Amino acid sequence: MERLPRWADLALVPLISLLLAATIAALVILAIGQDPWEAITVMVQGSVMNAYGWGYTLYYATSFMFTGLAVTVAFHAGLFNIGGEGQAQLGGLGVALCCLFLPWPHWSLALIGATFAGAAFGAAWAAIPAYLQAKRGSHIVITTIMFNYIASAFLIFMLVDVLRPDGQMDPATANFPEAVHLPTLNELPGLSLIFTSGVPANVTLFIALAMAVVVWALLWRTRLGYAIRAFGKSEPAARYAGISPFGIIMLAMLISGGLAGMMAINNVMGEAERLLGNSASGAGFIGIAVALMGRNHPVGVVLAALLFGFLFQGGAELGLWTKIPIEMRTVVQGLVILFTGALDMMVRMLLTWIFNLFRAGRLAKGAA
Amino acid sequence: MADARYAIELKGISKAFGPVQANKDIHIAVPKGTIHGIIGENGAGKSTLMSILYGFYRADSGEILINGQPTTIPDSQSAIRAGIGMVFQHFKLVQNFTVLENVVLGAEEGALLAGSLSKARKVLTDLAREYELDVDPDAVIEDLSVGHQQRVEILKALYRQADILILDEPTGVLTPAEADHLFRILKGLRDQGKTIILITHKLREIMETTDNVSVMRRGTMVGTVKTAETSPEQLAELMVGRKVLLEVEKKPAMLGRTVLKVEDLRVVDEHGVERLKGVSFEIRAGEILGIAGVAGNGQSELLEALGGIARATGKVTLKGADLPLSGKGSDARSRRAAGIAHVPEDRQALGLIMDFTAWENVAFGYHDAPEYQKNALFMDNDALRADTEKKMATFDVRPPIPTLAAKSFSGGNQQKIVVAREIERNPDLLLIGQPTRGVDIGAIEFIHKQIVSLRDQGKAILLVSVELDEIRSLSDRIAVMFDGRIMGFRDPETTDERDLGLMMAGMTGKGEAA
Repeated sequence: MERLPRWADLALVPLISLLLAATIAALVILAIGQDPWEAITVMVQGSVMNAYGWGYTLYYATSFMFTGLAVTVAFHAGLFNIGGEGQAQLGGLGVALCCLFLPWPHWSLALIGATFAGAAFGAAWAAIPAYLQAKRGSHIVITTIMFNYIASAFLIFMLVDVLRPDGQMDPATANFPEAVHLPTLNELPGLSLIFTSGVPANVTLFIALAMAVVVWALLWRTRLGYAIRAFGKSEPAARYAGISPFGIIMLAMLISGGLAGMMAINNVMGEAERLLGNSASGAGFIGIAVALMGRNHPVGVVLAALLFGFLFQGGAELGLWTKIPIEMRTVVQGLVILFTGALDMMVRMLLTWIFNLFRAGRLAKGAA
Repeated sequence: MADARYAIELKGISKAFGPVQANKDIHIAVPKGTIHGIIGENGAGKSTLMSILYGFYRADSGEILINGQPTTIPDSQSAIRAGIGMVFQHFKLVQNFTVLENVVLGAEEGALLAGSLSKARKVLTDLAREYELDVDPDAVIEDLSVGHQQRVEILKALYRQADILILDEPTGVLTPAEADHLFRILKGLRDQGKTIILITHKLREIMETTDNVSVMRRGTMVGTVKTAETSPEQLAELMVGRKVLLEVEKKPAMLGRTVLKVEDLRVVDEHGVERLKGVSFEIRAGEILGIAGVAGNGQSELLEALGGIARATGKVTLKGADLPLSGKGSDARSRRAAGIAHVPEDRQALGLIMDFTAWENVAFGYHDAPEYQKNALFMDNDALRADTEKKMATFDVRPPIPTLAAKSFSGGNQQKIVVAREIERNPDLLLIGQPTRGVDIGAIEFIHKQIVSLRDQGKAILLVSVELDEIRSLSDRIAVMFDGRIMGFRDPETTDERDLGLMMAGMTGKGEAA
């Protein structure tokens, strides 16, 4: 079998997968007695047809970029980091402590401090599974999943028993001081012309985009990235080349956990402005789908994060404006993950077959 | 018109990969019940042609006739149905399955395995008796020697009732005795009416085994001759397009001081089995020490221990300085820093990252080298690509495209990339395992010359090879390994194949046979 041309591999395969996912989703909506056309109209209207919708789509996309990049870095080292959720929650704790207990003179300094704090907490949370994998051979998929639950429980304890201000009923920290409030897109000069009403998307979007560039440069332009990719392709060969498996597992997971932890500057610092329970709200898991669909390349991750941001925001709109329950958005996400991830090969083989038919046709004509 | 005299007829097969014309208007006719050799240099298009025959690629144009019938082979399933079986140079076996399970895999009958397995067991016993193909059906593949794994591949094809058997470089990993055994098997199969296509670069095998031989060069078929009417020299010239030296030319060794001293080196593998049982030797500057032996007698572990991949105990000194054998400073990186270069036995599993491009592979193991860095942060990929182009020119790597993935090069060209990378570092000690495994004649001559010229520059070389001819023609001194020990040292001038063969089988007075 011939391989597909590059453009088809990169653009056509995901596009067809998405169309298939959308078709099945439409059938499901039909089956529950609703109008799929209305659903897609509401989703598109509410997420990308106006600045307000974009404000939410970009906000979600920012979170998914961080977690998608986190999965990508680990993936290139041959490690499947499913612990983005827990790492992002711990990142939230780091960001909250940084914002609550340090006297920041200006939001820009606070943002730098919080970025490092979130990254450090996320990295520290990833370090334990990484160490167990590198030294004891405990499988990282299992340990990172377990650490998600531990993170969740630990955060509840912190919020209920330690960080909750006296007299407050809900398990959350106090509101962050006014000085650490991050400018949202509607508060930024220039952009405020487009975003005229308050939106949650904020300056951390630019940090997420910058991180995509950093991850790309790290993986394809540095010695460490080279070693990570070599190790991810073949551990025995990496050993032959003098690349330390322990070092790579630790570093790749620290970077991965750090990226996941950084997500907290978007949702905790930029949006909620206090730390709540379950702050990551599934973004860690969606990062897996984003990385998968983005083919573990930063450009793909950014695009896939935008798509999932659209699904997230559009899905919320569905719950608001139609009788379709908001859970439908989970169904649609599931279908997208199923088709772009698990059934990717099916679409690819089908396309390859069609392409070969065309080629054979051209050859037959040429011979005649 | 159907002409059933030929098992396989290819008419005007062409195949291009982008700008590279891998096969150009190939015509070949293989008579039934013969052994047909196909020889040619690296990248001559042999593997592409066989891949077309086995359904991995589809020809751009041309016609395939099997037993006189025009046949299309869109995938390997159709090839198997047409009675074609293939034994690849790199085996396609499931490492943690038993022999029986591997044979049945893909040819199971029904949902339950028990039936197929017991049928296969019977067929295997029959084949074992008939063709000397004995392998323990219940052995797990990863525990078998390469020679035995190859027999499993042949059994797989025969179990699928192949009438036409294609073998790609089958003897690259075998001892002389094992190779002879293989050829007895092949001749037995031919006498039963099977047709065999043998792809090899070894002229001796072509001369001894085949009935006809076709020579390929740069994608074209240069000619087909009756083996009885040709000579090795003529074939080599046809292949390369110029006269070729079949013997290694080398000056007498100019021995310097001791470079490597190994004392009581021991390696225990991860299962707790002692693979290297106390090995001691020295190599001096300007000397090639050849390690002969059947694969799996501790040679791999010796290379890995010295190359910093496996942990070991004992004492190793390089130019008088102790090398740590475990813990800090015992990794491959420290070994390279100490001046040891290593061409590993298995270039695909260790020496290269197959998905990486050629230029990325040229940095492999040396990605920390200062000349590949742009600044403290970034690697200088442009410098690396330029360096790769230079190495590709010096070592005649084809095609000379640095951005091509390693897996897209033929075996010989992959090896040239590894050898270029390691030799150009100008090491004090070169560890080199199976330097010409699956590599053809023009490239062998070239790689051998490189090894000898490194020795003439006063470097020490530890050569491990299962090819006795190679060991005998390159080495200044031969050590024979058996069961993790060195059975003895020999002078290549005064020893002979029989003497070495006995030692390889473990017989030096102890009376213990392999």
